[in-house]
Amino acid sequence: MYILYILTGLALAISIIASRQKTAGALRIAAKRFVSILPAFLIMLILVSIVLFLITDEVIIRYLGADAKYLAVLSAAGLGSIILMPGFIAFPLAGVLLEKGVLYMVLSAFTTTLMMVGVLTYPVEKAYLGTGVTIIRNSISFVIALAVALMTGVFFGEIF
Amino acid sequence: MKWNRAIRIAVLSGYALFLILSWILGYDAGQEVSRNFTTFALDMLKIVPCAFILIGLFEVWIKRETVERHLGEGSGIMGYLWAVLLAGTTVGGVYIAFPIAYSLHSKGAKLGVIFTYIGASAICRIPMAIFEASFLGIQFTTVRLLVSLPLVIITSKILGDYLTRRKYKLSQPL
Repeated sequence: MYILYILTGLALAISIIASRQKTAGALRIAAKRFVSILPAFLIMLILVSIVLFLITDEVIIRYLGADAKYLAVLSAAGLGSIILMPGFIAFPLAGVLLEKGVLYMVLSAFTTTLMMVGVLTYPVEKAYLGTGVTIIRNSISFVIALAVALMTGVFFGEIF
Repeated sequence: MKWNRAIRIAVLSGYALFLILSWILGYDAGQEVSRNFTTFALDMLKIVPCAFILIGLFEVWIKRETVERHLGEGSGIMGYLWAVLLAGTTVGGVYIAFPIAYSLHSKGAKLGVIFTYIGASAICRIPMAIFEASFLGIQFTTVRLLVSLPLVIITSKILGDYLTRRKYKLSQPL
């Protein structure tokens, strides 16, 4: 994280030295772009706050730990698509689940859809890509995530 | 458009009212929701301002020709490689990738490269991959990357080529 601040500060400093006018222009663009996407960010935050309340860790543990493993893979993929979770929460949780005996391919379905499929980021993505492309892109991502889960299952010998 | 705005304002104020009432009346669920909101909002605030400042600097300093040459129609396979490398160093969630993708696209990056960048920024941000490997093992992360990355690049190229023929463009939210 600090690298980002140092990098931004450095870039800004160099830019100011090179041209004050251009730097002012850059900051104007930054502010304008930020303000224009702010409503979508807010809607996303509202959705996240509600969904994270409804889908607790216990719910995730129950569905991912289901006995029927392919059902577990599918519900893991479904949950991962709906939830939006920062990595610093998701991976420790996955680590705990692994110790509890949850299969690698179930965890893979969960974390990969978590990263790739964004139901909650829909307001933000739609603003840039439009409704149609957003849906196509996320559907493709969902299929890719399932392929990843399947290959993970093959690799760790969990398929049969 | 006006209706959209009205609905948006209604949703935002309804939500805010719900949270305020929850705090006053001591409603647990509402308080929990508000805690989720602030946790996630603070997490975003750590990154978003920097990201937009960098986008602004990119817009004024980087020449269109430079982006076109490395990420545009003539860039070939190297464009995809750059997209993956750039995605690897992107911080924050995928919500940061969209404004960056828009910026790159408006400077002449081709759609296949844009979709590769968005997809790759979801799956192969380097700090995240290291973190993942520390909890789930290096093999897990390796399998995930080896399967997902080629699929992301191939599907991005197909989708990009298709949409380019349809004259599709990314839009700047109003």
